[in-house]
Amino acid sequence: MAKLHVTTTINGEPTEFLCDPSQSMLDVLRNTLGLTGSKEGCGTGDCGACSITLDGRLTCSCLVLAAEVGGHEINTIEGMAQGDELHPLQQKFLEMAALQCGICTPGVLMAARALLEKNPDPTETEVRFWLAGNLCRCTGYDKIVRAVLETAAEMRSAA
Amino acid sequence: MNAIDNKWIGKRTIRPDGADKVTGRAGYSADHSMPGMIWGRVLRSPHPHAVIRGIDTSKAEALPGVKAVVTAKDIVDFPLDKSVMLGIQDMRWMCRNIMAREKALFHGHPVAAVAAISEEVAEAACKLIEVDYEVLPHVIEIEDAIKPDAPILHDFVRHEGKPSNIATTMVNKLGDVDAGFAQADLIIERSFKTRPVHQGYIEPHACTVSHAADGKVTIWSSSQGQFMVRAMTSLLTGIPQSNIRAIPAEIGGGFGAKTIIYLEPVAVMLAKKSGRPVKMVMSRDEVFRATGPTSGSMSTVKIGVKKDGSIVAAQGTFYLQAGGLPGSPLRGPVGCSFSPYNIENVLSVGYDVVSNRSKVAAYRAPGAPLGAYATECVLDEIAEKLGMDKLELRLKNTAKPGGKTVYGATFGQITFKETVEAIKNHPHYTAPLDKNPSKGVVRGRGVASGFWFNAGGESSAQVNLTEDGNVTVTTGHPDVGGSRASIANVTAELLGIDHSRISVLIGDTSSIGFSNLTGGSRVTFASAMVVTQSTEKVIGQLKERAAKIWKIDPEAVIWDNGEARPAGPNAGQFPPLTLKELAAKANEMGGPIGAGVQLNTTGADPGFATHCVDVEVDVDLGIVRVLRYTAAQDVGRALHPSYVEGQIQGGVVQGIGWALSEEYLYNAKGQLDNASFLDYRMPVCSDVPMIEPIMLEIPNPKHPQGVRGVGEAPIVPPLAAIANAIHDALGKRFYSLPMSPPKVLEVIDAR
Repeated sequence: MAKLHVTTTINGEPTEFLCDPSQSMLDVLRNTLGLTGSKEGCGTGDCGACSITLDGRLTCSCLVLAAEVGGHEINTIEGMAQGDELHPLQQKFLEMAALQCGICTPGVLMAARALLEKNPDPTETEVRFWLAGNLCRCTGYDKIVRAVLETAAEMRSAA
Repeated sequence: MNAIDNKWIGKRTIRPDGADKVTGRAGYSADHSMPGMIWGRVLRSPHPHAVIRGIDTSKAEALPGVKAVVTAKDIVDFPLDKSVMLGIQDMRWMCRNIMAREKALFHGHPVAAVAAISEEVAEAACKLIEVDYEVLPHVIEIEDAIKPDAPILHDFVRHEGKPSNIATTMVNKLGDVDAGFAQADLIIERSFKTRPVHQGYIEPHACTVSHAADGKVTIWSSSQGQFMVRAMTSLLTGIPQSNIRAIPAEIGGGFGAKTIIYLEPVAVMLAKKSGRPVKMVMSRDEVFRATGPTSGSMSTVKIGVKKDGSIVAAQGTFYLQAGGLPGSPLRGPVGCSFSPYNIENVLSVGYDVVSNRSKVAAYRAPGAPLGAYATECVLDEIAEKLGMDKLELRLKNTAKPGGKTVYGATFGQITFKETVEAIKNHPHYTAPLDKNPSKGVVRGRGVASGFWFNAGGESSAQVNLTEDGNVTVTTGHPDVGGSRASIANVTAELLGIDHSRISVLIGDTSSIGFSNLTGGSRVTFASAMVVTQSTEKVIGQLKERAAKIWKIDPEAVIWDNGEARPAGPNAGQFPPLTLKELAAKANEMGGPIGAGVQLNTTGADPGFATHCVDVEVDVDLGIVRVLRYTAAQDVGRALHPSYVEGQIQGGVVQGIGWALSEEYLYNAKGQLDNASFLDYRMPVCSDVPMIEPIMLEIPNPKHPQGVRGVGEAPIVPPLAAIANAIHDALGKRFYSLPMSPPKVLEVIDAR
């Protein structure tokens, strides 16, 4: 089947690509565009390692058909830091050791940023339920939750 | 080393690989690509048990876009009558695990592989391969596999002279159990079952492989040991190790399961046949069906005590599921179950039982949690019957220095008592617990302990000064959870320079000396040891250079806080020379500065842990929630406390999953029904509370910084601790994992 031509915006940059109708956005990000920061842990929307935002809404890129993103805005982990300046969540994750192997980290960070944009003052329970779609097998989630709460507090006091 | 004086050891520094990992730049297994690369896919058996009479690959090979097809004929055969070992892995089983040979032994067993211009073409070609199967009756569960009329998986397996599915028996003995039990005032004997659980790493197995025209092979893959990847690939392909370079990608979790390989030898043969680089990536479905898990088990534990609580005898019988090929972690339950305790008479027996499931792989303290689950639940019942505090019972029986273990070792320093006392003195253990907070909700508290051997073994390190006076440290083991951060702290401490001036790298098999697996809780222990010795050599060279510049005896130079200084006024009056100054003069004063050490490390004494947990049971829904969790462990010296805590917290949560929700579900056809993260229920963030670690820093006297392995002991106690807490809540004992809602309701309804 002929490939489809898609024009979209990724991390603020106008982007064009060709894809098969059956290809997922995750596949295109990783294997066509070289944006391998989004990870494939399952391909079925269960682990959250491929989390991106689509027009600001958190979603698993493995569940989005690449052909559907034309005209929409995508943000991935590669767009989270501004140049050399890490997003406060990224910095806090490093300071508080909220990652071990790091494979879930891009997805967790994307999800946590989406949470804080929606709710700058989440409770521990709200953080835990918001991140329930992001599997982490290394940390037991403790330091991840603490890092998100701590970042939220710092971002509030800076605002 | 005095903790108070440390500038870097024990500090929560930022990990050297951190920025790459929070920005998506870190290169994991599936992130590597090569020009001209094609894609490999595996054809897997649809049957749990079948003779492979023949494989016809001609239609697949004729499909446009297909570049190579591989079957067992392309993999080196290790005949069944002669064992060839690589570490603890028998190549007879590994060659059959990566590609079925005489028989398909489980649903999902690889039977062939294809490389093609795209994954879709490779997948389509797999469907064109015709395999002539003679389907055989299958057996899944241990109890069925050990019945006299069970389908037999392997003709070569004999038990007590007869064809059997019991592949091996391990017996550890101490004293005389019969005589011991004869002295007992109380004997409790109980049987337990656990289900196979998967290691659950989020990164599926993947590799990219190049086989060049000159026969040189390069492998990019993530594993728990690039040297294992090289050696096992060499054995299974027949390519000499000197022609293979295994480059370690960042690893997205392994927990023991990536101490073996599945794809690399297959990809190498596909690359060799096609002349193109080949990339292979497993789907999650394949990971569940065909890799790991750890063994399910059927155990009976019998413990005899005197009225005062002293244990006089203990006996354990542990049947472990090996999967389709032998190799259960018998040593775990057999050796660990009773080792925290001072018991004169012990008999511990393990059986390795094959059945038509995927071959098990190591999982964090392999086998030890199964044994501790049974032993620590029986101890809980004994304490209850004796009316004794549960921790007092343990304190009364703690193993002593000089005590002999059932697995043969004699204890040196032993730090079990401290973990029990830490929990006993912690506010969690003494906090009031409202056992019936609302209608239909009951709460309980449980404790349990655990033991893991820990390991030393071979490690290599190289410490080099850069020309501008900074430092690179290279070691040979993959960093699964922050070991580079610990190494940076150690090197900065010894050299007396800022942490940011040190780069810590993981070398590939051609750039650093042999280093054994990241496993057995060995890496921080062993790599800190070789890095320390390498750094001390570098400091020796720096002192020599300073001595040469000052024209004094090298013995008269000391290294202090990042500078060479004369040892005292008698040595002469010279301004100190910094590391930067010495590095700048290195070449004119004798050449580059750097040193490496390669060592078979020893002195990794065992680890102990004691845990306390509060749970809440919804008696209408059967749901168990963990409310509070405290885990005490002797960690030796926490080089980087955050990553030590992380090991404890992560191990506990894996244990919570094992206890409450994780299990493999097979249907009547012998197929795995829950091969996805949706249906295989690992703990998610909202399932668990904060996990409070108590790090007891009792330095290991056999290590330069006092390090003791920490990664595995934390997964040993949770199974029993949670079972004991549920008993405390419900007044009912559970003898089978997971304690999932249907099972909890079954026990509640039986009342």
